[in-house]
Order: sequence, then structure tokens, then C-alpha cells
Amino acid sequence: MTEWIELGSVTAIPLRGARCVNTPSGKIAVFRTAEDQVYAIENRCPHKGGPLSEGIVHGASVTCPLHNWVFDLATGEAQGADEGQVQTYPVKVDGGVIYIAPDVLMQMAAE
Amino acid sequence: MEKLVVVGAGMASGRALEHIFEEAPGRFDVTLFGAEPRGNYNRLMLSPVLAGEKEYEQIITHDADWYRDHGVQTRFGETVTGIDRARKVVVSAGGETPYDKLIIATGSAPFIIPLPGKDLPGVMAFRDLDDVNRMVDVSKRPGAKAVVIGGGLLGLEAAAALNARGMEVVVLHLMGHVMERQLDPAAGYLLQRDLEARGITVHCKAQTKAILGQDRVEAVALEDGTVYGADIVVMAVGIRPETRIAVDAGLHVERGIVVNDQMVTSDPDVLALGECVEHEKIVYGLVAPLYDQAKILAKTLAKVDAAFRPVQTATQLKVTGVSVYSAGDFADAEDREEIVLRDATSGIYKRLVLKDDRVIGAVLYGETADGPWFFDMIRKGTDTRDMRDTLIFGQAYQGGAALDPMAAVAALPDDAEICGCNGVCKSAITGTIASKGLTDLDSVRAHTKASASCGSCTHLVEKLMAITLGDSYNPAAVKPMCPCTEHDHGTVRRLIVAKELKSIPAIMQELEWKTSCGCAKCRPALNYYLVAEWPGEYEDDNQSRFINERVHANIQKDGTYSVVPRMWGGMTNPKELRAIADVADKFAIPAVKVTGGQRIDLLGVKKEDLPGVWADLNAAGMVSGAAYAKGLRTVKTCVGSDWCRFGTQDSTGLGVRLEKFMWGAWTPAKVKLAVSGCPRNCAEATCKDIGVICVDSGYDIQFAGAAGLDIKGTELLCHADTENEALEIIVALTQLYREQGHYLERIYKWAKRVGNDSIKAAVVDDLAKRRQLYERFVYSQQFAQVDPWEERVNGKDAHEFAAMAEFGLPVAAE
Ligand code: SRM
Ligand SMILES: Cc1cc2nc3c(=O)[nH]c(=O)nc-3n(C[C@H](O)[C@H](O)[C@H](O)COP(=O)(O)OP(=O)(O)OC[C@H]3O[C@@H](n4cnc5c(N)ncnc54)[C@H](O)[C@@H]3O)c2cc1C
Ligand code: SF4
Ligand code: FES
Repeated sequence: MTEWIELGSVTAIPLRGARCVNTPSGKIAVFRTAEDQVYAIENRCPHKGGPLSEGIVHGASVTCPLHNWVFDLATGEAQGADEGQVQTYPVKVDGGVIYIAPDVLMQMAAE
Repeated sequence: MEKLVVVGAGMASGRALEHIFEEAPGRFDVTLFGAEPRGNYNRLMLSPVLAGEKEYEQIITHDADWYRDHGVQTRFGETVTGIDRARKVVVSAGGETPYDKLIIATGSAPFIIPLPGKDLPGVMAFRDLDDVNRMVDVSKRPGAKAVVIGGGLLGLEAAAALNARGMEVVVLHLMGHVMERQLDPAAGYLLQRDLEARGITVHCKAQTKAILGQDRVEAVALEDGTVYGADIVVMAVGIRPETRIAVDAGLHVERGIVVNDQMVTSDPDVLALGECVEHEKIVYGLVAPLYDQAKILAKTLAKVDAAFRPVQTATQLKVTGVSVYSAGDFADAEDREEIVLRDATSGIYKRLVLKDDRVIGAVLYGETADGPWFFDMIRKGTDTRDMRDTLIFGQAYQGGAALDPMAAVAALPDDAEICGCNGVCKSAITGTIASKGLTDLDSVRAHTKASASCGSCTHLVEKLMAITLGDSYNPAAVKPMCPCTEHDHGTVRRLIVAKELKSIPAIMQELEWKTSCGCAKCRPALNYYLVAEWPGEYEDDNQSRFINERVHANIQKDGTYSVVPRMWGGMTNPKELRAIADVADKFAIPAVKVTGGQRIDLLGVKKEDLPGVWADLNAAGMVSGAAYAKGLRTVKTCVGSDWCRFGTQDSTGLGVRLEKFMWGAWTPAKVKLAVSGCPRNCAEATCKDIGVICVDSGYDIQFAGAAGLDIKGTELLCHADTENEALEIIVALTQLYREQGHYLERIYKWAKRVGNDSIKAAVVDDLAKRRQLYERFVYSQQFAQVDPWEERVNGKDAHEFAAMAEFGLPVAAE
């Protein structure tokens, strides 16, 4: 648990956009909002597995591209009438570079 | 048939003709003269047109088809200069026209104060469309200034509209407060304050001395020495009945043309109605009583007994964002009492004037929902003793009823007037909704005319719909485009143009979006509206597009994509087929399918392979088929005269030509075309958004079909003699749809909303308009007709197709 792991520069993700990080056990979607906040969540919609990184980003939420469920990027919770939650992962930005907590990757590798 | 001549194509005569054709069908052969070079339109709506919130096309009340269907000979742009009653003819530039019965409906002329400088160019009235166009032209000059003389209803509507157009506006008003005929000083003050908050200067007690200028107006000088610079001066100080031809003809004229209860003048064969008449010494200046006159006049002509009775009128100011209502008599007097309610923080002011426990006048500012309720009491002389304490709080407080606006509307009596302009009462609306099975506002307007004139009772009509239809009424269909805004699609589109909004943040700021960056519903819509409105200027916002349009392929349920290259008009060749086969092999694409749109779909392509697949397809000359786009999809064709023994024209050739001309265009929803070579219709053209059926004499152009969620055969738009004409009409039709359609509204829904007639008028009848639409389409194609695949093969949006980082073992299939 020593060092955070570097993912890349913030500007590699468009504002109101997302990119994926591939790990042995799945994809993590890293989002950048209009206000330049960065969030990371599991790239898999709990509804039918839609790739959340492909959704439209608005405020600190994303709308799933397959059937329009909306998720809060900070909590991972589905909004409105839909029920469900995606895993969220701790990330931080330092000097324009995005880092992810190291235990996340270890945990994912262990699964 | 008897010859009926009508002088003046205004609001009153338009309504009168409708009633005449109902009351006495086939009885009259009608000739309609109008001094304006156009037919009847809704004059009330000139204010929203001036403000850029509506277009002239939307306020036309009677169009060419209507006149044709009723056999009305129209003589627009022709002023009647005299009436020879002895010989029963009217005189105009076109000669003499005989009549058996004559209707005079010449309205009013704006009053122009005889000031020095009144004839300078740039001094105008606010009465007809030409005035509006002149004002709009000047408003486009940067920094243009307007002085409006007259702070009444008309002057303030003009001032607010010109202000919305970005002009610097000063209102000069002779009296101590604005709209003094409708408002008391307190409400006048609130109104003035609200107008000033918009940046309009209001100068009361202003004595205008002269209009200054050399070749055109430059300024207005007041008696007190103040001078206001002006590029236009709008005189809105009043109107006087237009009675000149009646006076010359020796009819009895006082302030207006004198009519009896049957709307007949001093000559039994001459009838008159509208603002030009005087009945029991009253001259009217609002449409509601004129519509009553229209009914009576039609009955008189149909020889049915009826009598016009003077009516009370209520007034509302049509300025977006300002609510003012006034009715009845609100002057102070000995024998009167008043009840006043003020709420300074929310800018609400209400005042009721009572006499003998009956409401005789009401002035409401800031919150006007109870206006019709008070107005109803005024007209009925309701005794208010029992509700005196809570009267001012409005209907919702009475009888312990909940503070629910729905309940308040539900509680209105059946004969309560809902639409003042058209005199439509509650039961007429609820009854028609039920008997005709109406479910949307536009059709309620069409069938009952309620809220079809000035529109200020729209919210009441909507509540009645909700009450009558219960759960089956879905107000969302006519309401905000999404929860981020109060505005509906139409309003947003109009305001984008009117306020020249050129980016999504600008729209959200100016139109007061409730969220910071919209949602997945509004952003794609706004992006489309901007792309369509400002071609070449607006830079597409990729992040506001749905994934399919962002990566130019269709996402599948497992997160892979499908790729559909164009096959122009369904034609292909061995080279293309070989390239498709090679690409399927090379990228191990699991499924290859012939689509319902006459082309080939490669399904199950991995996202990161997309640029590679496209590069190979591009190399064989193929471009994106846009199977994912709210844009031009397929153009299906049949083999036509090239091969088929029945083919009448080259349907394949026309299909290919259309697709090559129109590909790349973004549209509100997808657009599918088809061209069939004969009426056997093998390309299924009659269920497409636009379809062509070739016939011996040319091309029948069909439109507004659907074969998806709804099934609907097309309707005939028109016949074109040549292929070039067909192409021009189809392109113009598509452009009109691009400019008017709501996002995700397919052509058949758009056509239902705006009416086939308005579409035909623009793309079939009006050649100049067709040409302009066509040219706007061609202009925007310059920027749209770029193959998105090729751009991405060359590196555009590369981030979309690669992971940001990879860790550990390579990931298995996603
Ligand atoms: C591939 C195809 C089915 C096939 O295998 O033949 C197809 C596939 C899809 N159609 Fe379709 N439609 C296809 C022809 C049609 C047709 C037939 C036609 O065009 O002649 C229709 C009925 C005609 C019409 O549009 O009115 C049709 C009516 C729909 C609808 C209903 C649209 C409506 O307004 O009612 C949808 C849903 C939508 O667009 O919202 C739809 C949506 C879809 C989507 C895009 C669903 C989605 O959102 O993912 C499917 C994408 C699959 C993919 O990735 O390719 N598809 N779809 C056809 C592609 C044609 C092409 O070459 O581009
Ligand atoms: C900007 C504006 C906003 C308004 N807002 C409202 C509102 O909110 N509510 C409301 O109730 N009322 C409103 N009014 C008033 C309403 O428009 C009029 O009461 C109504 O139009 C009068 O109808 P009319 O048929 O008598 O006259 P008009 O509609 O003026 O029609 C008369 C027509 O006759 C033509 N004509 C005149 N002389 C001749 C001739 N010799 N030969 C041939 N043609 C001739 C004129 O050119 C004109 O087109 C508004 C008016 C304006 C200008
Ligand atoms: S009909 Fe169209 S939308 Fe429905 S499953 Fe088939 S391809 Fe998909
Ligand atoms: S898979 Fe995300 S909403 Fe259905």
C-alpha cells in the first residue's frame, strides 16, 4: 500500500468524457467531468452489462448507453427509479496526472 | 350564387368567412380584398414574431388551400378605393367588382401624432407584418436604438420585443404610469420596474416635441429638453377606425361605421364588423368581441335571427416573463371598496374593486392564474359576501378546497370562459376533448380554437386536458424537453435563432438551465439544433453525442459494434463485396448480414478494431453508411427502367443521386428514402420518411410514412415532372424538417404537428422559398459531407479507440 499507481495525464480524457483502464479482471472506467473532477468506476452496468465509459457524462453522472440508467459517479449509485450500484474506486489527481489507489488493482487481480 | 364582396382580409373578416361557410354553405361566391399583400393572419401574434419567438408562417390563419377549398377569389395587395352603392360595385385598381352583399372589415389605422419629422424614414407604426419586418431589419444593425412613443399595451409589447432583439429601447409615455387604461398606478409601477430590469428605459409624463433627422430619423426631442437617439421611432399611441371608404360612400359613420345588432350598416346590403365599426356608441379594439360580431354577421347573412350584445373584455400583456391581467372597471370612486394584496419580494400585486359586494374590476400583477375566475365573477355579478375574507387569495382558497391549481380549474363552472379571445367556455373544451378523443394541445387548438389566438390561456387548457383525460394525458409530450429546463423543444429552437445562441453553454446560461451541464436527453438535442442552425460556425460537441454517433458505429448488447458501409441506392459490385469479405476474415467478424435497408452489416466488431476495419473499407471506396445516425440512412431503390419490364423511370439512378447528394446531413431523427420505378412499389417507398413513385409522367413525391414503432402509409406531397425538380423538392423538404423538427421527431410526427399544408406551401407552392431551403441545405452539406470513418482512420478522436492504461495480463474478450 505504498505508492499510488499512475494512469496517465488528465488531458488524455476529454472533458465530459471517459477512458478505460484494462485490468486482468475487467475494465475500470475513468471519467473527467466538465468541472475537471476525476472519478473511477467499474465499466459494467449492473442492469445488463452496458459499458458505462461509453455513456454521456453530465454533471457528476453518467447515462448508460444501452438503456439509459443514470449513475452518480461519486457514489456509484443508480439514480431515479432504477436500483443498483457500481463499484467505485479511489483516484486522485496530482500535477495533472491521475493516480489510482494501488489496492484496487491488487484486489482486482486477486478476484 | 349571390356575390359577396369582403373588403379587408383581417382577423374579423377571416373569422366571419368561416362562420358564413358553416351557416350558409354554397350560398355565396366570395371575393376577398386585402390591402396587405398577403392573406388573413393572427395579428395578435405580431408581438411574438417581432420578438423572434414565432415565425410569420406560424401565425397564418387561412392559407391558399383554404381559400381554394372554399372558392374564395383573393385579391391581396389590392386596396378598395370606392363603393358605388347605387350600382352595387366596389372600385379598386383592378376595376369594378359587383356585389349583392358587401362586408366592410377594414380594421383600424394606427394614429400618427402630427409631430415635426413624422414623415422621416424610420418612423413607423406597429400594425402589420410590413411594420414588423422593417423593425427587424433595423434591429440587426449593431447598437441600433429604438424609441417607442406610447406606453400602452401595443407600445410595451413592441418595446419588449425590440429589447429581446438586442436593441437599446426607450419608451416615451405621456401619462403618469404605463398602461394606464388597464392598470392602476401600483401595477403600472411594478410593470415599469420589470421592464427597466430588462434594460428598457421608461420615460413617463413625456411630452414629445419633435422627431429629428436629416435623411432619416436620428433622434426624438422632448419638451423638457431631453433628446434620445433613435434608428427607429415606433408610434404606438392609438388607433382610429378605418372608415374612409364608408364615409365616401355616404354610409352612416360616427367614430366608426354605425351598425345595428345584426351588423348591418345604414344600407341593408352593406354589413360591417371589426375595429372599423361602432355599435351602441362603442368601438372595440380587442378581438374577443369582434369574433362575436363575426358569428352574428354570418347568421344575418344566412337569414337566421341573432343579435350582437356588448361584451366586457379582459386584457393580458403578451410579454414573455411578465404576467399582467386586468378586467372591468378599477377606478376609485365613493361607492366602491377595494381589496389589495401585495407581496414585495415576489413582486405580486392584486387589487379587486367591489361595488355592492360584487367585483367590478380586477388588476393582477405577477400572478394572474385567478384572472379568469375574477373575470367570470365580474360578468356574472356574483355576490361575494360569503367569501369576502379570502376572496383576494383566489379560487383555490374558497370552500376549504386544497391549494391545488388542478382542483381550482376543476371547480370552474361549465360556462366559465377559458379562452377570452375566442370566447370558448370550459364545457366546450372538455366536451370536444372527450367526443373527438383529443390527446394533445395542438389538436385541441385546432378543434376548439381555445388558446389559438394570443395563447395566454394555454396553461388553463392544459389543465383541462389533464382533468378530462386523467392518466392518459401525458403533459410531458407538450412540456419541457427534459427536467433540466422549463422550455419545450420548439421554444428552445426559436430562442437559439432569436438570441443567436451558438454554443451549449450559451444556451444553458441564457435559457436558465437548471443543471450545470444538462443531461443525456437535452445535450444531444441542443447539439443537433446548433449543428443545424449554424453550419460552418458551430463546432460539433462530440461529448454531447450518443456513443453510436460519437464512434460512428452501432453499439451492440455485448459492447461490440456493427459496421454498415454505404451501398449507394442498394447497388454494389464485386470489388466492394470482396473488400467486405476480406475485412470480415481479417478481423474475425462473427456475423455478416443483409439488412432491411439493402446493404450489408458486419456485426460484432471490437471497438479497437473499428479504425482498421474502416481503413480497409475506405480503401475499396466505401464510406460510412451512417446506420447509427440521426441523419440520412438508406435510400432503397428498385431496378426500375434499367431492367424491369414495368419500370417507368430510372429509379435506381435517382436513388443513387439522392443518396450521393444528401449523405452526411444531420437531421432531427433518422431519415430513410426509397425510390420505386412504378406503382408496384418494390422499393416500399410508401412507408418511408420520403418516397418517390415513378410514373410515366414523372415522379410522385410521397412523404411522412413510417414502418417502425408506428405503421403509416405516406401521403402525396406533389408531382414533379423532371428528376431535377424531384431532387430539389426532396432536398427542400428535408431542409424544412431539419429547421423545424424537434429532436427525435421523425418526419411523420413533425408533419402531423406543423400540418401538411404548411409544408406544401413552403416546398411546393412557393418556388422562392423552396429554392432558399434547397440552398441552405447545399450550404450546410459543405461542412457535413465528410466521411467520419476516413477522419478517424487518419487519427481523429484516437482516444476513443484505445484504453488509457493496461495492467497485468491482457484482458480477455470484453
Ligand atoms: C440492421 C437493421 C436490421 C437488419 O438486420 O436488417 C436494423 C437494426 C437496428 N435498428 Fe432498425 N434496422 C434496420 C432496418 C430498419 C427498418 C427497415 C428499413 O429501413 O427499411 C425499420 C423500419 C422502417 C422505419 O424506420 O420506419 C427499422 C426501424 C427501427 C426503429 C423504429 C424507428 C421508429 O421511429 O419507429 C428503431 C428504434 C429507433 O430508431 O429508435 C430501430 C433501431 C435499430 C437499431 C439501431 C437498434 C439500436 O438502437 O441499437 C438496430 C441496430 C443494429 C445494428 O447495429 O446494426 N430500427 N429498422 C436494419 C439496418 C438498415 C440499414 O441498412 O441501415
Ligand atoms: C401588435 C398587435 C398586438 C395585438 N394584441 C392583441 C391582443 O393581445 N389581444 C387582442 O384582443 N387584440 C390584440 N390586438 C388587436 C387585434 O389585432 C385587432 O383587434 C384585430 O386585428 C382587429 O381585426 P379587424 O379585422 O377589425 O382589423 P384588421 O385585423 O386590422 O384587418 C383589417 C384589414 O383590412 C385591410 N384594409 C383596410 N382598408 C382596406 C381597403 N380599403 N381595401 C382593402 N383592404 C383594406 C387592412 O390592410 C387590414 O389587413 C393587437 C393588435 C396588434 C397590431
Ligand atoms: S427489430 Fe431492429 S431493434 Fe428490434 S431486435 Fe431487430 S434489429 Fe434490433
Ligand atoms: S445495461 Fe446499462 S442501462 Fe441497461
